[in-house]
Amino acid sequence: MSTLEIRDLKVAVEDKEILRGVNLTVKSGETHAIMGPNGSGKSTLAYAIAGHPKYTITGGEVLLDGVDLLELSVDERARAGLFLAMQYPVEVPGVSVSNFLRSAVTAVRGEAPKLRQFAKDLKAGMDSLSIDGAFAQRNLNEGFSGGEKKRHEILQLELLKPKIAVLDETDSGLDVDALRVVSEGINRFRASGETGVLLITHYTRILRYVTPEFVHVFAGGRIVEEGGPELAEKLEAEGYEQYTKASA
Amino acid sequence: MGLNEKPLSTLHEKASYDLDDFEVPTGREEAWRFTPLSRLRGLHDGKAEVTGQVLVQVHTPAGVTAEWVGREDPRIGQAYVPADRVSAQAYNAFEKALVVTVPKESVPAEPIRVEVRGGGVDGASYGHIVVKVEALAEALVVIEHQGSAIYADNIEFVVGDGASLKVVTLQDWADDAVHVSHHHAQLARDATFRGFTVTLGGDLVRLSPSVSYTGPGGDADLSGVYFADAGQHLEHRLLVDHSHPNCKSNVDYRGALQGEDAHTVWIGDVIIRVAAEGTDTYELNRNLILTDGARADSVPNLEILTGEVAGAGHASTSGRLDDEHIFYLQARGIPFDEARRLVIRGFLGQLIEKIQIDELRERVLSAVEAELAR
Repeated sequence: MSTLEIRDLKVAVEDKEILRGVNLTVKSGETHAIMGPNGSGKSTLAYAIAGHPKYTITGGEVLLDGVDLLELSVDERARAGLFLAMQYPVEVPGVSVSNFLRSAVTAVRGEAPKLRQFAKDLKAGMDSLSIDGAFAQRNLNEGFSGGEKKRHEILQLELLKPKIAVLDETDSGLDVDALRVVSEGINRFRASGETGVLLITHYTRILRYVTPEFVHVFAGGRIVEEGGPELAEKLEAEGYEQYTKASA
Repeated sequence: MGLNEKPLSTLHEKASYDLDDFEVPTGREEAWRFTPLSRLRGLHDGKAEVTGQVLVQVHTPAGVTAEWVGREDPRIGQAYVPADRVSAQAYNAFEKALVVTVPKESVPAEPIRVEVRGGGVDGASYGHIVVKVEALAEALVVIEHQGSAIYADNIEFVVGDGASLKVVTLQDWADDAVHVSHHHAQLARDATFRGFTVTLGGDLVRLSPSVSYTGPGGDADLSGVYFADAGQHLEHRLLVDHSHPNCKSNVDYRGALQGEDAHTVWIGDVIIRVAAEGTDTYELNRNLILTDGARADSVPNLEILTGEVAGAGHASTSGRLDDEHIFYLQARGIPFDEARRLVIRGFLGQLIEKIQIDELRERVLSAVEAELAR
């Protein structure tokens, strides 16, 4: 049983305040959707929790099972059980997918996986996400299509089995088939009930495949409305206009 | 013999066998302005005493001949004319030259291996090597430099009609070594040359790989990786001289630098002369600067004297490790030091993958790993 607690989090980028006091608690077995218009600070929340150097924390706390993540380096946060699926996974020339995944799994588990078992897990993971086996030998994200990059993010999610996963617009740029494959991966990950998911999205489409228990509306750098799945339906019908006006 | 006469471009206009045709460099010359002359230990001004102990050993597979010959041998200086003072010094001072011949249409099963081992820095040594690959033959040469030395040499690669030569040179010198070397490849009609340099060791290493063509259809690929630590000066000066139609050249050099006063220089000169219509050339240099206090100079020059080229381009980048690469790997739990190693290894490894001898490729990769662990 794990809990991610975000308390009054304030974040700036180059002296400009982006997050103005975010409060949110995600527990194992729960899926929270964060929805909001462009520029509302959704991605800032994701990257600030993960520790991207561009973001400066100006106030608040982020606790994972009582441990203050903000005191940890980026890799320590990941090893503590946090995972961030990126909206734009970066291409890393010369580093193969298999080498990268083995390094990551070794770091997170604290010991190198048995080669044969790892190869088996990797193949099973790739098969279930319809990723061609040849990908393992390719350079990390290099020349991957948008959909391939996202499927590869979910492959990492399934291999690393974090306590809390933050998925930053994993649905953006996916066609319906890819969205279905990716959503199935997220649902497999959720099925254990031992992990929490924070799903950041602009669109309600993915929520038809990955049903959240909680929906939070983000505007102007804070959560402005909260509810259950019905809130997503309301957003689908009415859009974000009422929130953008209110926060402006 | 005086100055060689051929259509001159503004790049590399001097070539002579005569030492007196070259002034002692002062450091203000374009060709010498990056090189710390005081660290050349007299190779450039004739003050170096020729008492050095450099041992050159050659291992040839069946069918390949290796001979030690005097300077009167007609095969010496056939493909290459010294292009600077130190090169001319080496040309005039070597005692015996090594001539390796791969006979026509032969394809030796094993690589030809040349080991150059220095026994100290008490005096200078000079050398000369000719590798002649006759028509339609295919060969692979590995030249390794190790130990301590003050050493200047010239190497001529003469690649015959339709022949193919792959060369890997490894500069794995001890910390006090000084090495100045010209590697010239002369490509006949439809010849192929693949040169790969790996420069890791030495106090000062200045390599000048160059390519010329004596007929159409030649194809040259020059790759190199280098890793400069604190205080090291590693300089690579490339020249590809396109003087015949429909030839190709590709240059890709990558380096990493770390530590105070680590200095690398890369000069990439390409000349496309009037006759060289249909030339296709590209040159690239990329440098990763890993710490403060390190400096990478990178100067590509492309001189096009004809209007009819198939392709001509160059690019040069020098920068820090990409924060986004490191963040991505760290976000997957990989500690900073290991993330950094993976990214640097990947950056250089993409080139190292081109080395086709497994054992050699692994050795170069582990040498790079060792540099990263320092």
